[in-house]
Amino acid sequence: MPLTWVLPILIVMGLVAYGLSRRRAIASVAGDARRLHSLPGHYGLNALLATMVPALIVLALWTVAQPLMIERMVAADFPRDAVAPGSTLALTLSDVQRVAEGLEDAARAGVIDAGRIAAMNLKEATEALRAGGTVMAAPLTEAVLTAAVEYHARTVAMRRAMLATLLAVAAIGAVWALHRSRGEFRARNAVEQAVRLLLIAAASVAILTTLGIVLSMLFEAMRFFDQYPWQEFFFSTTWSPSFSGRGGASQLGILPLLWGTLYISFIALVVAVPIGLFAAIYLSEYAGKRFRTVAKPLIEILAGIPTIVYGLFALVTVGPLLRDAFAEPLGLGNSASSVMTAGLVMGIMLIPFVSSLSDDIISAVPQAMRDGSLGLGATKSETIRQVIVPAALPGIVGAILLAASRAIGETMIVVLGAGAAARLDLNPFEAMTTVTVKIVSQLTGDTDFASPETLVAFALGLTLFVITLCLNVLALFIVRRYREQYE
Amino acid sequence: MTDATRGNGRAGQGSLLVSDARTARRNAAERRFRIYGLLAVSIGIVALVVLLVSILANGASAFRQTTIRIDVPLDAARLDPSGTRDPAAMAGVTTFRYAPLLREGLAATIAAAGIEAEVDDRALDEMISDESVAQLRRHVLANPDLVGQTVPVEVLASGRIDGFFKGRVTYASAELDSNVTPEQLRLAEELRNAELLRTGFNWRFLTAPDGSDTRPEAAGLGVAILGSIYMMLIVLALALPIGVAASIYLEEFAPQNRWTDVIEVNISNLAAVPSIVFGILGLAIFINFMGLPQSAPIVGGLVLTLMTLPTIIIATRAALKAVPPSIRDAALGLGASKMQSVLHHVLPLAMPGILTGTIIGLAQALGETAPLLLIGMVAFVREYPDAPPDGFFDPATALPVQIYNWTQRADPAFVERAGGAIIVLLLFLLAMNLTAIFLRRRFERRW
Repeated sequence: MPLTWVLPILIVMGLVAYGLSRRRAIASVAGDARRLHSLPGHYGLNALLATMVPALIVLALWTVAQPLMIERMVAADFPRDAVAPGSTLALTLSDVQRVAEGLEDAARAGVIDAGRIAAMNLKEATEALRAGGTVMAAPLTEAVLTAAVEYHARTVAMRRAMLATLLAVAAIGAVWALHRSRGEFRARNAVEQAVRLLLIAAASVAILTTLGIVLSMLFEAMRFFDQYPWQEFFFSTTWSPSFSGRGGASQLGILPLLWGTLYISFIALVVAVPIGLFAAIYLSEYAGKRFRTVAKPLIEILAGIPTIVYGLFALVTVGPLLRDAFAEPLGLGNSASSVMTAGLVMGIMLIPFVSSLSDDIISAVPQAMRDGSLGLGATKSETIRQVIVPAALPGIVGAILLAASRAIGETMIVVLGAGAAARLDLNPFEAMTTVTVKIVSQLTGDTDFASPETLVAFALGLTLFVITLCLNVLALFIVRRYREQYE
Repeated sequence: MTDATRGNGRAGQGSLLVSDARTARRNAAERRFRIYGLLAVSIGIVALVVLLVSILANGASAFRQTTIRIDVPLDAARLDPSGTRDPAAMAGVTTFRYAPLLREGLAATIAAAGIEAEVDDRALDEMISDESVAQLRRHVLANPDLVGQTVPVEVLASGRIDGFFKGRVTYASAELDSNVTPEQLRLAEELRNAELLRTGFNWRFLTAPDGSDTRPEAAGLGVAILGSIYMMLIVLALALPIGVAASIYLEEFAPQNRWTDVIEVNISNLAAVPSIVFGILGLAIFINFMGLPQSAPIVGGLVLTLMTLPTIIIATRAALKAVPPSIRDAALGLGASKMQSVLHHVLPLAMPGILTGTIIGLAQALGETAPLLLIGMVAFVREYPDAPPDGFFDPATALPVQIYNWTQRADPAFVERAGGAIIVLLLFLLAMNLTAIFLRRRFERRW
């Protein structure tokens, strides 16, 4: 790992630059620190930042770009007819990479001499790989070995080049900062400007994340729509991916998945909204202080429990219970995983979500409105129903929309509680499946990123993202508007 | 008096002390409404209790494990054909040779205890976990001098025998089960009466790696706990500095312009994006594009970092906002720059709030499952990852994923393990949340 060496070297260089720069600044004013523009430490920090930050940026970019560039170069040299029948160039190249890394592992483990790699023959290389602990699926071929040796050589060369570049960048930064380290230099302003840029960069990570989400899903989804007609995807009512890997046989319609998602979310909201809302009203309007301090945190514990726990609860407790108590006696089916199971458990999960948001909103209604209504002779419940809830309604709607978005995007409860069969049905005791379940099942296990069966997950993800995004933006908009109203 | 008030009121009719029908109705409605509220709160609390009790009831038994004490004759002729006691030479002897030794040892132990066994050799074999054979072999290879002696070893009983002592397997269910017979159970009971078989605290559950599909009794959380800790370290090292820096910028420096608006909307959106979408991001960007290894804590850590950032940013901004402007004004008045006033005065005062938010964000990240499924952490991993930083790139699993993994296996003994793993996970979460509450109580200042 060159990384483990590069970082300490850079840190040491930065610290040395710090010390030198600080001393030089003090020396430039003949030891009288009062004549410096900034504190001595600022001159040091300026040199430290100038040494390390550009070098770290180069390091980050280089680490991302290096494998891509090497792969492209090796691919250009790789003889196309050496690709095994039934395999693809990409797969073979990943083999090449494995072999190259395996040889390096072997060299590091001391099994072979690093200098020998370039001159190895097939037998030697196979043995070295085995001794180094690399397991190969297929026997090594001459072409792969040649490419791997080239890959290795280029990696080593690139690594050296990277080290040299990094050191040069760091040294230039250090020298430049040292050169500027004099009494009249406004070091504080320079440092603060740099720190400010770092802060802005940190704040932009959020934007990069969103961009990354949208772009990654958009690209792969477009590759999916190249292979599969979008009309079929959005309007077909059958979901039956073929497992043979032949693209033509699959039917990938999103409608049954959306139906399952919406049905389960609907049941979850039917459970969570009344309970959450009434709990919020009771806690904020009726409950005494002592009851409130006990009950509110208890309900909020529900929000802190991981969804996998709810999933297991659905699988082990709720599912069999519903099947034995309702579905089988009523003749509605005999499946433990069902829309009802997932919906009920998800409803429980959403109770604290609805209740704490509504609580905030109800508390934000001005006391004067309550006093006015009570003063006119209304009972407490009349005040709540006819004054507080209407006043808080936009905020409550926003909270419900946020809960709906959470329900639609929930994964583990439905993976464990709802089942895997895609169907359009009204019976809530039947197993159905959701968008998120299918994303998980299409992307785990053996995946082939060229087949529509795998790529469809990205289209599903994009659909999910767009739906939840719309709900979130709408909800945030409503909540924000409402807050401003009473502030 | 106008007509309106006269028609509406009840002045002058009846006594004030006797409520009329309408008042009674309104008061009844009031009481009903109140009961609805109380009912809603109770449903929430009851749901919590049922959830916790059902998990505890399911998982508590995972912390106990049945073992059998066997005197195993380590036959030199079979284990060390070369006679050199050289571990390298003995490594050629596979577990296949060790299995009969354990069985013979068990038979001899049973006979020595004066128990009459009505079971054949194969049935004896089945009572011992397959894992124990491998364990014995490792033990012998580590201590070659033991060969030739008869040593007492404590081996795992098979999953069904273990289940029998936890009430999961009964004589009735054994009749229908192809993996265990009532005779074996009877023998196990006699072994326990002879104090050769006992059920004790299950340390292996916390330290051992995952067991294969057919060895639930050997499955442990060691790799998963290590993987989770690695990921939390990465999340802490990345999300805390980035989150705090972003919040300082947004709260203290950002001008009111379009760009700031875009960032703010983005952060509130990211907080509500489904977690599985972050998994897709990790798969597409970190694994497929940047070529980071699958199943590695580094990828999991990066994905969870992006997920946790909004939580930390929101908490940090609230903490920064709570520091009164007078602190900033005083610092500026004494000649500090804006940056100094923030870094030297506002930030330290906001630190308790920031740490509380960070711990809560970490707790969320620790329990997150869905994104990790997509980046390959469901893989079956038996090797412990190396020490960091190299270990960040080794395959590992995480606690919640291990739970999911166990729920997908056929043997019902794995459900018990999943329940036990959930207890471990909840204990971690409880500890983190208590730390957060403690920090808030102890250090938070009210202005």
